[in-house]
Amino acid sequence: MTNSTSPTKARRGKGSQRFLVVWFLLAVFHVFPIMAKEAESLAQDEAAEKRLVAISSELRCLVCQNESLAGSNAELAHDLRREIRGLIQAGKSDGEIMDFMVSRYGDFVRYRPPLKGSTLLLWFGPGLLLVGGIGGLVVFLRRRARLLADTPLSEAEAREAARLLDNDGRKS
Amino acid sequence: MNRFLWPLIGFIVLVVLLAVGLNLNPREVPSPLVGKPTPAFALPRLDALDKTFSPDEMKGKVWLLNVWASWCVSCRQEHPILVEIAKNKAISLVGLNYKEVRGDGSFDMDKISAESEKAMAVERASAWLKRHGDPYALSVLDLDGRVGIDYGVYGVPETYVIDKAGVIRLKHIGPVTPDIFTGKILPLVAELSK
Repeated sequence: MTNSTSPTKARRGKGSQRFLVVWFLLAVFHVFPIMAKEAESLAQDEAAEKRLVAISSELRCLVCQNESLAGSNAELAHDLRREIRGLIQAGKSDGEIMDFMVSRYGDFVRYRPPLKGSTLLLWFGPGLLLVGGIGGLVVFLRRRARLLADTPLSEAEAREAARLLDNDGRKS
Repeated sequence: MNRFLWPLIGFIVLVVLLAVGLNLNPREVPSPLVGKPTPAFALPRLDALDKTFSPDEMKGKVWLLNVWASWCVSCRQEHPILVEIAKNKAISLVGLNYKEVRGDGSFDMDKISAESEKAMAVERASAWLKRHGDPYALSVLDLDGRVGIDYGVYGVPETYVIDKAGVIRLKHIGPVTPDIFTGKILPLVAELSK
């Protein structure tokens, strides 16, 4: 009797496994209709979408400031990608699209700020710090080397050193 | 003495820089629009959909453009101040209703037609103004947020001070507080109105 129950148990186990698989597949494929919209626009014009990604990766999403416009899922990022897509379709160059964004949101939208008066320190500050640091180190080491310049031992010191060395030699 | 003085000075400079840096608000992005003419638009008015409003109509006046939406929580926070401003009638306040339906995030826009979006926006926006008070001389509907993009809007509410010539003089991001109104906006408006 005990033996005869185990096959049924196993069969029931398989049934619930199959149910789980079906459930899992349903759960996975349920996602696709939601993603279809982005995929559709990608399929329409691959080159344009590649440009869109390239441009929007250079731009900051202003809502989530540490995300790029390409990667952000914020509402405004969607709108701005739509706007950029429109500009690409209108035949605007990358530079013109950048100008479009900068004229509205300022240089802050660019992850690579332009080189100009107010950004000189930003661009060259780290280099200056490095040069300054190396310069400081050189000066420091030279000064220390000068302080530690060789001074010949006096006669008494020489004798003491010889005695110590001698002593040391005897021990070992 | 000198040995300790320089590291100490370096440390103090670092602390001051960090203190200043940490107290800056990263949300306050300087707008390139300040000092530039208002981007043109013609949007339907909330009170009369068949009429449009464009910023040119305000030439010769100092006015405020306030970006709002009924789903925007901070707008409710600043709203009593706007109502108070409207009471003194010295300043014209125009509302730019930003993405009333789309911005809400609780609607599937594929299932809403352009017409019903408009109707929904009017209904929601009017109800909100009825409940909380309407400080605006008029409000316009920017359903898809395109005008918002032209104005560099990225966080509702935002408020623009525009001078008689139609040049943007100040952009305030976030809710207008009494301090900001009396300390920044009011003096500027008074100066521009001279």
